[in-house]
Amino acid sequence: MELIKLLGILIVVVGFALKWDSILTIMIAAVVTAVIAGMDPVAFLQTMGKGFVSNRNMLISVVIFLLTGTLERNGLKEAARSLMERVKNASAGLVMGAYGVFRVIFAAFNVGFGGVAGFVKPVVMPMAEAADEMDGRRISERHRDSLKGMAAGMENVAWFFGQVLFVGGSGMLLVQGTMSDLGYAVELPQLAAIQIPVAVVAVAVTTVYYFVFDRRLCRRDADELAKKSTAATDVSSAGGGAE
Amino acid sequence: MGPVEFIQSADVTLSEKLLEVVYVIIGLVCIYAAVRNLRDRTNEKRVGTAVFWGVLGLLFVIGRWIPSELVGALVIVMVLPTIFRQVGAGVDKLRPTEAETAGGFEAIGTKIFIPAFSIGVVALVFALFTKISSLVGITVGVLLGMVILAVLRPKKNGPRVFLEDSRRMLDTVGPLIMLPTLLAILGATFTAAGVGDVISEIVGAVIPQGNLVVGIVVYCLGMAIFTVIMGNAFAAITVMTVGIGAPFVLSLGADPTVVGSLALTCGFCGTLMTPMAANFNIVPVAILEMGDEYGVIKKQVVPALIMLAFQIVMMIVLVAL
Repeated sequence: MELIKLLGILIVVVGFALKWDSILTIMIAAVVTAVIAGMDPVAFLQTMGKGFVSNRNMLISVVIFLLTGTLERNGLKEAARSLMERVKNASAGLVMGAYGVFRVIFAAFNVGFGGVAGFVKPVVMPMAEAADEMDGRRISERHRDSLKGMAAGMENVAWFFGQVLFVGGSGMLLVQGTMSDLGYAVELPQLAAIQIPVAVVAVAVTTVYYFVFDRRLCRRDADELAKKSTAATDVSSAGGGAE
Repeated sequence: MGPVEFIQSADVTLSEKLLEVVYVIIGLVCIYAAVRNLRDRTNEKRVGTAVFWGVLGLLFVIGRWIPSELVGALVIVMVLPTIFRQVGAGVDKLRPTEAETAGGFEAIGTKIFIPAFSIGVVALVFALFTKISSLVGITVGVLLGMVILAVLRPKKNGPRVFLEDSRRMLDTVGPLIMLPTLLAILGATFTAAGVGDVISEIVGAVIPQGNLVVGIVVYCLGMAIFTVIMGNAFAAITVMTVGIGAPFVLSLGADPTVVGSLALTCGFCGTLMTPMAANFNIVPVAILEMGDEYGVIKKQVVPALIMLAFQIVMMIVLVAL
């Protein structure tokens, strides 16, 4: 067995792990693999050239950019915020769930709002925190960190499983290309249709999990608050009192 | 076949012809970004940036018509400026201000979703009702969205605004836009070099060939684990499909649509669990100012494992029962 042929994979792993420039890593892995396999330089260039031409479809995002930047300029994010803010009287877990549903539907139409930096931080997190801090309650820092993890997690889950519903997304184009190299013809709408139940289950599972998780954190906050206030009463009744 | 015969030929489908038009549009947008960057004196890396976008644009316009070894050579020329860190952006004077986006929302409100959804809707209509590539549908959807946006605010959204905003998006994403394509090219190189065969030999030594259920489980787990290692499902799918999917699952007559589609999302479950996918799992930790470096991954492991199990069962039910 020619295990040495797997050196290219090792290079990708090491390169990504050590945070080398990702494009450089890929190019080195490709060249090393070609050299080990004894490919002659022209055949290597041909493989690259054919690879480029047959994968041109993956840059369809350039066409989409003709619209997305200007949508942003005309207030897309503000509109998304006003839609999200209709979710009222919910716990943080439910806010996450609502965002998941919202995100997965829009992802299926390849519409995004700026990801973690552009939408989760300025819109979803404040809503989630406000939901759990209603009636003057305060959440612990640990709880707050957990909510941040959940918000980013929901963003990823909904985006990953939602983008494959978009007919013409780069993931399914790659699947189509891989299958066609192996001699199997597959169609994009069918590839996307199989993902509908997967996306529904993914968002539902994540919502339930985050809902339960958040409820537990809220209970712990309440317990701690109760403990603190009894401790405080103890202290004050004992006549002492810093803090 | 040259471009002229290509357009005149009756053997070439309308879809293929229109697709080439789409690629020319992509090429022109990239070339526009190249020219704008070259003339941008605030961009310290303007030459390298112009080479990157210019060669990319050129490849889109002429790539199909020139010998593939020349395309390969140009791809290498294109990535050289990024490798030497010579691709960047100048001062972005056109970045929309908060007042501007708020003004847009005041003027249009939630009607903005009509052009936003037009891409996906038109792509879907093309996919369902025509034999024309859905990429052409996407492009038509983009053009329709632009028209709607221009009609909604004719004074604000002239043709120049769209072009400049797309240039702004390209500058923001930068050379990383090539990542999926380069990973696909890497996959093609791996396959040509026989990496897939080595993997299937290794797997063949461990599991019996001819058992579809075992093949499916190994393929799906392999996609997830390989993605955890590589940090990217796009890097995993080609090698895993050639190495495990084809010999252990597809050759037994499994439906390639179900298998291919779910294999990719099994890979996504791996992406949710790995620090190697820094963009999704580590960068948000910094953006959200969290204490725990793995705080995002920890919240994703349970959903990812459940989804992996769900998809394995789904694949078995759909193709093996």
